[in-house]
Amino acid sequence: MLKSCVLLGFALFSAGTALAEEGGIALLQSGTDIKNTGSLQRGARNFMNYCSGCHSLKYLRYNRMAADLKIPETELSANLMFTSDKPFDTINSAMPKDSETWFGKEPPDLSLMARERGVDYIYSFLKGFYVDKTHPSGVNNLYLPGAAMPHVLAERQGLQKPVFKNEPDDRGSARMVLVGVESMTPGALKPEEYDQFVRDIANFLDYAGEPVKGKRQSMGVFVTLFLLVFFVFAYLLKKEYWKDVH
Amino acid sequence: MAAAPESAESSKGGGFIGWIDQRFPLTKLWKEQVAEYYAPKNFNFWYYFGSLAMLILVNQLVTGIFLTMHYKPSSAEAFSSVEYIMRDVDWGWLIRYLHSTGASAFFIVVYLHMFRSLLYGSHRKPRELLWIFGCLIFVLLMAEAFMGYVLPWGNMSYWGAQVIVSLFGSVPYIGGALVDWIRGDYYIADATLNRFFALHVAALPLALIFLVIAHLMALHEVGSNNPDGIEIKKYKDAQGHPLDGIPFHPYYTVKDLFGVAGFLLLFCGVVFFAPTFGGLFLEAPNFEPANPLQTPPHIAPVWYFTPYYAMLRAVPSFAGTQVWGVMVMGAAIVVLFFMPWLDRSPVRSIRYRGPLYKIMLAIFVLSFISLGICGLKPPAGIYPTLAKVCTILYFAFFLLMPWYTKFDSVKPVPERVTGHA
Repeated sequence: MLKSCVLLGFALFSAGTALAEEGGIALLQSGTDIKNTGSLQRGARNFMNYCSGCHSLKYLRYNRMAADLKIPETELSANLMFTSDKPFDTINSAMPKDSETWFGKEPPDLSLMARERGVDYIYSFLKGFYVDKTHPSGVNNLYLPGAAMPHVLAERQGLQKPVFKNEPDDRGSARMVLVGVESMTPGALKPEEYDQFVRDIANFLDYAGEPVKGKRQSMGVFVTLFLLVFFVFAYLLKKEYWKDVH
Repeated sequence: MAAAPESAESSKGGGFIGWIDQRFPLTKLWKEQVAEYYAPKNFNFWYYFGSLAMLILVNQLVTGIFLTMHYKPSSAEAFSSVEYIMRDVDWGWLIRYLHSTGASAFFIVVYLHMFRSLLYGSHRKPRELLWIFGCLIFVLLMAEAFMGYVLPWGNMSYWGAQVIVSLFGSVPYIGGALVDWIRGDYYIADATLNRFFALHVAALPLALIFLVIAHLMALHEVGSNNPDGIEIKKYKDAQGHPLDGIPFHPYYTVKDLFGVAGFLLLFCGVVFFAPTFGGLFLEAPNFEPANPLQTPPHIAPVWYFTPYYAMLRAVPSFAGTQVWGVMVMGAAIVVLFFMPWLDRSPVRSIRYRGPLYKIMLAIFVLSFISLGICGLKPPAGIYPTLAKVCTILYFAFFLLMPWYTKFDSVKPVPERVTGHA
């Protein structure tokens, strides 16, 4: 009885997690690592240089970021703080107040984007831009069709063109379906370098979504070890007391 | 439990405790409720969940108090104040994860605690009132969890509240006015958040604590059931203690301590390594602030409500109203209260019941879990049909119970409890 309940429980939970992956073109695996400080530092640099012009991180403070990512204060104020001179300020974008008209919508705050959509989504999105002349920005995105954001990293990545496949619909008439993207013109970075470039950004946004994540997991190991010892002693105590119950 | 006369005398001795005992029944309470509360010696795995539910209640109260110190119950500030707790308050992230994981753990433990009753007949005479107090706790817990879920003011909080509150709109004649009265505004707004906060941190926890005390008083009045489903009070020793009973303290306090250790291992595993539990305990769309203009692509309540949500969706609208689904959902809870009278078996425990009850219980468990999965999924493909079938099976378990328990074969019940764990 117990065993079957445990199995059913697992079935329920795996069904729940599978739910998040349904629909649309499958996301790419980002392979980020929140414990990789080097990657987080590069991600912070990339974010401040390419993203923070339009996107804020309004729940993250500069000095918190510097402390967690082991960035010296001098480095922080010289190279990473473009919108403020106070290290305890949160990271705001350089966009003026009336800027929502620039792209048709206000660029969203990215503090919690990794928690809302996942790191794989951010990674895929930054690799998903393709040339689409019908769109005002000249590009569209494989993972967010109709995205208002222009391809800010085009100079880094180069341009991509869409790949279509002929898939007849239910009634048999021809239909072109967007299935992927392929490189059209090269950019400043080689494809692997660009992958690492956006992986670092995704990793940094994962950090920004929950700054305590790395510390939480490290602490969890010690908590688990402590509880294992407690578990053993609690068992021995129970056994000792129950010796005289027959 | 009647304490032995000589110990009652000595309880009013000297010293500090004696001074208190002459003015307040401290030793008497301790003896009656703990040290000389005789519980059956054969409790098994399923008997851990009562004490674990108490542990989680305390966890929710303590972490809740600290969250309340930093949380701002206003639609303008609620979402940011939760992020403030997660980032700027010392250990705020841990307090919040303990509270959010505690909510899900509460339901896991309570569902298992209720299932124990179905296994061993703990709801049967003379424990009907004990069971009813338990059902009331369950209902309050659902209200408490729902209102707590609205407080972070994420987009799923908002739209979840929108869906649940609008259910009251299906009440004939007064529905519209009733919904306005609940919300305190013409849409889910600041006023709604404020009153849900008041109910979540003051009214409902108070009612919950009173009911838990009543639940425990009723339990200690009638005595605990056990996996054999027989009374231990029939055979007593010279002092009047049940032969198959052992004092709750120290035997079950140390055993429950072991249960707590095992539970905390799993619980802290979630808190430290998977606090969102793959989007089940904290849903991803709730990391986006409430937005009345943007509905999430798929609104699903948190996992512990999904079986009932699936029932709501499974019932088609009829005669131009959706009220039938709401009634079915309500009936799924109300029917629990009648369990003690629906069950007509001459034995309590599943150990001595026949195959009919075992089959029905297995079907019930499977249909409840299937409903839970259906409620998580968008209503497409196989799920709407599955939800309809499982809703019927859920009710069949209860409504056919008077017949299948009456005609089921039974095995002879032992006079004394069998073994101990």
